[in-house]
Amino acid sequence: MPETKLYRLSDAIARFVADGSEIALGVSQETLIPFAAGHEIMRQQKRNLTLIGPISDILFDQMIGGGCVRRIRAAWVGNVITGSGYNFRRAVESGAIVMEDHSNLTLLTALQAGALGVPFMPTRTALGSDLFKTNASIMPATCPFSGEKLAAVKAIHPDVAIVHVQRADRFGNAHIWGNLGIAREAAMASRRIILTAEEIVAPEKISSDPNRVLIAGFRVNAVVHAPWGAYPSPVPGYYNRDHQAFIDYRSASKTPQQFEAWKSRWVDAIRSHADYLTFLGDERLVTLGITHHVWSEPVDYGY
Amino acid sequence: MATENTNYTSVQLMVTAAAREIGNAEVVFVGMRLPLLGFFLAKSTHAPDAVGVFELGIVRDSLAPEPILTMGDLPNLYRAQWLADTADVMGLLQQGFVDVSFIGGAQIDRYGNLNTSYIGATETVQTRLPGSGGACDLASLAKRHIILLPHEKRRFVPRVDYITSPGYGSGGDWRRQMGLPRGGPSRVITTLGVFCFDPDTREMILTAVHPGVSVAEVKQNTGWPLRVASDLKQTSPPTAVELEKLRQFDPKGYWTGDMG
Repeated sequence: MPETKLYRLSDAIARFVADGSEIALGVSQETLIPFAAGHEIMRQQKRNLTLIGPISDILFDQMIGGGCVRRIRAAWVGNVITGSGYNFRRAVESGAIVMEDHSNLTLLTALQAGALGVPFMPTRTALGSDLFKTNASIMPATCPFSGEKLAAVKAIHPDVAIVHVQRADRFGNAHIWGNLGIAREAAMASRRIILTAEEIVAPEKISSDPNRVLIAGFRVNAVVHAPWGAYPSPVPGYYNRDHQAFIDYRSASKTPQQFEAWKSRWVDAIRSHADYLTFLGDERLVTLGITHHVWSEPVDYGY
Repeated sequence: MATENTNYTSVQLMVTAAAREIGNAEVVFVGMRLPLLGFFLAKSTHAPDAVGVFELGIVRDSLAPEPILTMGDLPNLYRAQWLADTADVMGLLQQGFVDVSFIGGAQIDRYGNLNTSYIGATETVQTRLPGSGGACDLASLAKRHIILLPHEKRRFVPRVDYITSPGYGSGGDWRRQMGLPRGGPSRVITTLGVFCFDPDTREMILTAVHPGVSVAEVKQNTGWPLRVASDLKQTSPPTAVELEKLRQFDPKGYWTGDMG
């Protein structure tokens, strides 16, 4: 029997996220963003992190504001429905953080190379763009077979991937569904993996549908029970996006002072995940619940 | 004949003009914000068989059952044709299966290059913008792309500070020289008018002004000597049906500013 990998959120972050780590998170874009884990990293005042992700909505902006970040390897940093990420802007404009400018496809390609264990992968995107000037991981290349011009993207191997999933067993086998973004490549390319899960379920429930598994459990280092752990982003099958929270964050992050006030209320004052749910309040959570259930047809994995 | 309708916002006019660029049964790579509305508008009017491809790994051939603000909102996943990985939809794009895409930008130049990354130099950053997202990929790899942005002189510059999403570079056959396999901007739709590109020089040309907008006003808000088409047209305003659909997809006017 393998050992259980269940951790409390604070213990998983303390053990697997060291200062200076490269962390992939928010890898499904607008859905399944691991806000609870990101906020715990802020509470533990991790420093000099490199954040990796395509579009992680406001989570990257929050972690930059928390002083955790030295470098960003991403395609886009901001607030999807309101525009700018103000902490991000301030940090790049002051030189406090270094940006490696990707497109969604170059970041995917870098993680695919990492996932496949090769040093780089070619792509046809970004040719003629200035991404080459602000991203040392993208280099002009030539196809050895046809002579065509390509872009070579250097592999990324994050130290840790943090992926929010719907349900996991205590051994690291997890079901994830919906749009997956680059979750598979990010998990595969990373040295360590932390899963935060809406539910912890019996291993038999996961093994009843192995096509829905993110990655083989032996690759996972920690499993954390974190209900509402992606709030305010949506989780298919569990809850909808809290648009108002994203709209409110815009004005709550416009100045460093406003952001500090936001952080002390939404991050620093939260002592536990249970605290967080109480703080959010049942009324708010109920309005985000799934009201139109659509169950898939079961499939037969028998023999 | 439809009655003249002036009860619309400039964003509704832009989105309508964008939606009309989508042909029936085309494969559309749908970006965040206004393109979401444009796709649903086309799908519910003249292009019912259009297929939407979303960068986070969604392909859908039906309307979302409820209004959405981001492509990851759960109604956009409901009875999707395919819920997949970004690698899958980027594969469709890179292979050449995407007919048209829509992107926005902060800065554009006369050859349709777009900047959504840095204003000023990259070493001493004056203003940092959010970045490419998927825009660079769509501009590089779709069969054609359409650009939506507000028309202001500070945005319409002779040369962008940074090429996030390649247009026609310095003109002519620049894209081929760079190795880009296909594509390029086919239209620019702004708050003042609609533009195309010269088939040889690839310079931007004003082809239509919106109702109530003069050519002089467009020129005043453009940072280079603007070419104007000899057969300049006026943009047709949104019809009552198009406005009704837009209100249905954006009932609170979050994107269009139409509070009903």
